[in-house]
Amino acid sequence: MGKGKNRGVSEINAGSMADIAFLLLIFFLVTTTIQEDKGLLVKLPPWSDEPPPDMKLNARNVLSVLVNANNELLVRGEPVDIEALRVKTKEFISNPRKESDKADSPTQAIVSLKIDRGTNYKTYLIVYNELQAAYRELWNEASLKKFSKEYELIGGEAQKAIRAEIPLVLSEAEPTSFGEEK
Amino acid sequence: MSKFKKKDGGGTPAVSTASLPDIVFMLLFFFMVVTKLRDSTLKVVTNTPSATELTKLDNKSLVNFIFIGKPTIQNQALYGTKARIQLGDKISETTDIPLFLETFKTTLQESQHPSIISSLKIDGEVTMGIVQDVKTALRKAAQLKVNYSAKKKSE
Repeated sequence: MGKGKNRGVSEINAGSMADIAFLLLIFFLVTTTIQEDKGLLVKLPPWSDEPPPDMKLNARNVLSVLVNANNELLVRGEPVDIEALRVKTKEFISNPRKESDKADSPTQAIVSLKIDRGTNYKTYLIVYNELQAAYRELWNEASLKKFSKEYELIGGEAQKAIRAEIPLVLSEAEPTSFGEEK
Repeated sequence: MSKFKKKDGGGTPAVSTASLPDIVFMLLFFFMVVTKLRDSTLKVVTNTPSATELTKLDNKSLVNFIFIGKPTIQNQALYGTKARIQLGDKISETTDIPLFLETFKTTLQESQHPSIISSLKIDGEVTMGIVQDVKTALRKAAQLKVNYSAKKKSE
């Protein structure tokens, strides 16, 4: 081993470190996503092979919402604009003026949704959104009345109590197949 | 007079680039933390509609993704132009859903099974027929917690 000159430690060239870092950065930019993770949370009804029992329901307690393949709404036989759905649903459930053609009481109110296989998913989601929004607004009003606080701010137990008073009962029927499926 | 050396004429000192890698590493770590590796390239077009009643999915590990939409242009030759289902990273049929759910369950502990949520990312233009078939398949497989993915509607 020859006695080499006393070599000092060579400095790492900082320029290439930046290049490496840029490369890694671009790799991560390209291969990852900030995945969207929000949506409407829905609980599907359990599957049963037998058809559901035909319950004797008073027509006044059922709000039937039909959507056809042209994405038009029919609420209790009347054509309705999507914007009006939320208000109509709230009126039906809460029945403030105790009308005889609206729900007996919020605990007995049922919203029945029937779509067509040719309906656009976008329309379906908006309809579902409006129905859920109607319930959420009712829960909020009840929460403000009872606890003077917004529905999101009261505890889980209190929220359960309000949901027991105004239960979200949304029944989805088998879709019709008049429209064309894309 | 020779004791005082004239100071260098004037050039502005060069910007030190020693901190450049630090900045880049910081950006890199940010991206590593905030994003997650896209584990599946979307073979179908999913333009989710906007909605207001959104709940955030807290625990991503309990969520499996089902995409429904028309195949992307590159995939149309292979899969056609009608809406298809993508489970994970493969285009599949409704009959493949139970297996897909079971495979997902194996990645989690028994106690977490009831909390599994299926996130459905569906294109707005898809018609409900295929969505209804997927929902029926999910119900038959006892996967009842479902999340319809949507963008926040700016009211």
